Amino acid sequence: MEFIIILVIAIIMIMAAILALYTDNLVTAIISAGVVSLLASVLYLLLSAPDVAMTEAAIGSGLTTVVFLYALNKIRNSGGEDG
Amino acid sequence: MGKRIIISLTLALFLYISLPFVMDFTPADKLAPLSEQYARDGVREVGAQNLVTAVIVTYRGLDTLGEIAVLFIATAGIGFILSRGNTTKGQKRESSRILQTGVRVLLPLILMFGVYIFINGHLTPGGGFQGGVVIATGILVFLLVHPRGKIHSLILQVLESISGFGYVFLGLLGIFLAGGFLDNSILPLGQAGQLFSAGAIPIIYSLIGLKVGSELVNIIKYLKQ
Repeated sequence: MEFIIILVIAIIMIMAAILALYTDNLVTAIISAGVVSLLASVLYLLLSAPDVAMTEAAIGSGLTTVVFLYALNKIRNSGGEDG
Repeated sequence: MGKRIIISLTLALFLYISLPFVMDFTPADKLAPLSEQYARDGVREVGAQNLVTAVIVTYRGLDTLGEIAVLFIATAGIGFILSRGNTTKGQKRESSRILQTGVRVLLPLILMFGVYIFINGHLTPGGGFQGGVVIATGILVFLLVHPRGKIHSLILQVLESISGFGYVFLGLLGIFLAGGFLDNSILPLGQAGQLFSAGAIPIIYSLIGLKVGSELVNIIKYLKQ
């Protein structure tokens, strides 16, 4: 049972990663990169590594996503070609 | 066309190289000698119930100091690049009343949860890095709701410097009073599983948490400008 859950999570992770690479909308790309991190943290938890899971959830899906969004906002505000 | 062939050849080569790792993989049925020693003697030698913390803070304490230094250098680099006065002059409007009230309730809880994570680092999963990031997330939520809010950089700098200095100072104290750099037995080990146990680990992890938190808040502050 656990094996199937892990497999499903891994497949969704790969799909989200491919979406992050190929989508034209930058916000979608950032969000789906965050989804990859969030699912990775669930995966760590299932593989009984709670310490790593906490770090991944807090840094990978929380802080990094927001920092990317801030950076995107900064690029848009500073003029030039629109993202 | 030639480019595609080269890319396909490279991918095939990588596949060929990494195939044995997948095919010949057998799950280990016993620990490596070093991990076995950590698992057997960790609780007795370090006094921390969470073995991961024992390894991170004490056995591999020098690596953690290096990680903190890397984070510090990254923060300094971001500050150096972003602080050169291109403040965005976009209109910054206050957010809605619901968000403001929600943050007023949530912010103390988030901050307290972060402190809880790094104070209990030697008992439960988590520790200085995780707690510091949770604290930074709380400040981030506050800044999202109050876009015109300002953070005192002096407080951040003082907090960061004091915690970094205290971390190295405790490590040096370990050389003189105990077995070596960052040895945690400069304080009594106590009974494993209690809050005041594991020697200097709770203090070291609190300092790491404060340092990581203030550095990440610094990064957010620079990005927000």
